Amino acid sequence: MAKITRKEVEYVARLARLELTDEERERLTAQLDSILGYIDKLNQLDTSVVEPTTTVIPMVSVMRDDEVRPSLKQAEALANAPDREGVLFRVPRIIED
Amino acid sequence: MELYRLTIHELRDLIQQGQVSPVEVVQNLFIRIGQVEERIQAYNTLTPRTALAFAKKFEDMLVRKEKVPPLAGIPLAIKDLICTKGVATTCSSKILENYIPPYNATVVNRLNAAGCVMLGKTNMDEFAMGSSTENSAFKKTKNPWCLDCVPGGSSGGSAAAVAADMCAGALGSDTGGSVRQPAGFCGITALKPTYGRVSRFGLVAFASSLDQIGPMTKDVRDAAILLRTFAGHDPLDSTSANLPVPDYEGALAGEIAGLRIGTPKEYFIPGMHPEVESAIDQAILVLEGLGAVRERVSLPHTDYAVATYYLVATAEASSNLARYDGVKYGYRTPQSAHLIDMYMKTRREGFGPEVKRRIILGTYALSAGYYDAYYLKALKVRTLIRQDFTEAFKRCDVIVTPTSPTPPFRFDEKIDDPLQMYLEDIFTISANLAGVPGINVNCGFTKSGLPIGLQIIGRPFDEQTILKVAHAFEQATDWHTQRPWL
Repeated sequence: MAKITRKEVEYVARLARLELTDEERERLTAQLDSILGYIDKLNQLDTSVVEPTTTVIPMVSVMRDDEVRPSLKQAEALANAPDREGVLFRVPRIIED
Repeated sequence: MELYRLTIHELRDLIQQGQVSPVEVVQNLFIRIGQVEERIQAYNTLTPRTALAFAKKFEDMLVRKEKVPPLAGIPLAIKDLICTKGVATTCSSKILENYIPPYNATVVNRLNAAGCVMLGKTNMDEFAMGSSTENSAFKKTKNPWCLDCVPGGSSGGSAAAVAADMCAGALGSDTGGSVRQPAGFCGITALKPTYGRVSRFGLVAFASSLDQIGPMTKDVRDAAILLRTFAGHDPLDSTSANLPVPDYEGALAGEIAGLRIGTPKEYFIPGMHPEVESAIDQAILVLEGLGAVRERVSLPHTDYAVATYYLVATAEASSNLARYDGVKYGYRTPQSAHLIDMYMKTRREGFGPEVKRRIILGTYALSAGYYDAYYLKALKVRTLIRQDFTEAFKRCDVIVTPTSPTPPFRFDEKIDDPLQMYLEDIFTISANLAGVPGINVNCGFTKSGLPIGLQIIGRPFDEQTILKVAHAFEQATDWHTQRPWL
């Protein structure tokens, strides 16, 4: 039984804002199917009483005082803009037809 | 001997004692780069003008008998995933081909403060995703020991630059083995610190719970020197540990007699590459000859590490790479109908196939209906893998393994089979999942002259011990003095 279908790849690609060509979609589906087949071995392990690890260092919420500090200047922040208008980043229209 | 052949500590001594000018050193390195880079292709960007300007500044200070910083004039290469202010930082991706960071990574600031001079930015697998540097969108870096062979990845450019004497040392990053494995393939030394030992501020994020920056050098002393220079707490990285940084260089000397070296049975399997097996066996004998005591240990969940990694790392990557949308920086598709269309096309045109593959896999693993079965499951197995190390370190002080299952492979040998490529990381990945430090040192060559790497893994925040064992091994052998004929 296939681990992942072309439709699922298409759906997930859309979630990830990634447009795929038909050829890419075909190839990816086959490759991901094989990778997910390999990953299936994790089901050999009983993890019913195991806690998940999200981080490997003793994390405390690291806080600082809410004080204004120097940060990136406006010109620096805009320097790599693909398209700008004054101090704004310009993008294509948001509303689709 | 040519200045470009020397180690960081040798150059440091010559410069600090006034026997050689930093300008001479940097000039000599660029001559070497001119001779060899065309064949190796390790660098994406070279910065000779600023390098010489910094070197000149230090030369002037030395002439006026002013005190210079401890690593004044030391020439380093920086992986192109680490932000360097005013210098292109591309991650070897089309989507960042024109990106010029407005700030330096913390590690870069610390190295600059110590006087290091940057020669340029090195090639890598795109966004650090790969084990051969074949996934670079720009160029193919060759292994200096065999120009038909890969240098390993993802820090292949840095590894090749060090091995070819095109820098005195380099920076790389390691998420699943990306400093250790290319170091193994290129016959050099490289260390992945404990997670949290080194600041990730300015390191372009791939997998935030796994990434670490590490030194890649010609010998162990150099790795200790660089690590001491840039490790330590950073208020700009809240995952950086608030722990003092030991004098790693000072701690190198001393005997390793009585130290317990653990050899995990899961890393020494039937069907192992015979030349790798034999080199590692010999290396363990050397360590025993120095008085270390071998303990057979077990890391029972080793076989699940690659599967765990390819869920955890890809899930984190799918989130971290969501920012590449063409809005504020980087590549943007020239024509689009509306915003979403712009995102879709920008990312389709800007990302390479391996990056897309991992983003899709990671997004799938996190999506509703699959999160528990994949991502959450992987996080639980990660706990078991961490516990394996905690248990093993009750019976030994360091763990010794091969770095890679195979010697360096040829171009195109694995690129068409992603799963085969992923299995190249089988011995390095667990250390990232557990957060523990690991170092690679050269321990021999195959009959055809390809390097074989020895990996030494340590307890969290115990870089001193793995450096000490690596140093003792290095001093008892001469693998680290070998250079490719170029």
